[in-house]
Amino acid sequence: MTDTAIARPPRSSAQAFRDGLRAALTSILFYVLLGNYSGIGALCYEFGFSPIWAVLCTLLIWAAPAQVILISTLGTATLLEVAIAVSLSSVRLLPMVAALLPMLQREDTRQRDLVLPMHLTAISVWVEGMRLLPGVPKEERAAYYNGLGCGLLFAATFASAAGFYLAASLPPLLAAALLFLTPMSFLMTVCRNTRTLMDGLALGLGLVLGPLIAAQKIGLDLLWTGLIAGSAAYAVHRLRQAKASAP
Amino acid sequence: MSFAMEPFLALILIGFLPSEVWRWLGIVVGRGLDEESEIILWVRGVATALIAAVVARIVVLPPGALASIPLEVRIGALGIGFLAFLLIRRSAFAGVLAGEAALVLGALAFGV
Repeated sequence: MTDTAIARPPRSSAQAFRDGLRAALTSILFYVLLGNYSGIGALCYEFGFSPIWAVLCTLLIWAAPAQVILISTLGTATLLEVAIAVSLSSVRLLPMVAALLPMLQREDTRQRDLVLPMHLTAISVWVEGMRLLPGVPKEERAAYYNGLGCGLLFAATFASAAGFYLAASLPPLLAAALLFLTPMSFLMTVCRNTRTLMDGLALGLGLVLGPLIAAQKIGLDLLWTGLIAGSAAYAVHRLRQAKASAP
Repeated sequence: MSFAMEPFLALILIGFLPSEVWRWLGIVVGRGLDEESEIILWVRGVATALIAAVVARIVVLPPGALASIPLEVRIGALGIGFLAFLLIRRSAFAGVLAGEAALVLGALAFGV
């Protein structure tokens, strides 16, 4: 890597797109996504969806928590409840998009040119984008980011289909291990992103309260757990802040 | 076999739209956003708890093949994965690997 962003001759969008694709293929997250999304494909199989549905689910939603909530609660709660839970799990996309925009946007950028890069923005693509984009000339960034996003989305989509068929054909023990990938990797992702007491409390309370609230059979248990455990964690955070700033 | 539209309508209306709307809003209102604002902090807490609840739900009320593994083994495997994460340089990969290994070994030891 001797060439710098400034010294390099300008490239076409197609070349920048290809560079992005290559970055996706060499990213560790490409392989993480293969694993995680084969678990989600297996979930689709167990909950009775079709393989086409599994593939479209990944292409359209492209946010693992939202997908798992949709797959596992559709049919057990009212549609409005599922929609709210899905939506709450995806609010995090807003600040991610907002942080990314200044890196991609130029004065002549049209809003519709941002729709694809924004749809491709998921936690994996965003993390790699924020890391790699500063080394890419500004006029090539949108195409590069699209290549990166398409590469990673391809891994997830392929794995969704593969996981679906694996769940249908593997012996029960291995199928169980495949399904276990989703809770295990979700837990690890949350643990890794846990930096504050509030995050840790929300995680712990959610794990414990989730099954307790589900056992009450009041419906909407995911949503209640999220609201109660999340708000409690936030309240503790506020209390500690108030205490710290008190004389 | 008839082609059922309902799952696809559900995918668009209660999966795609409620999730995608945040990406669109990010483009529209993104610039003036304070990432440390109180509302964002609260939403992060709720979303974290929601994901934790999803994890607990799949482990406690598992679908299909996972249900054939005893509850104690499923919870134990999750715990072992978490311990491995803490012990091995906070590596998510090590955690997933240890949890998966514990699940399979536990299932073999305690009978499937």
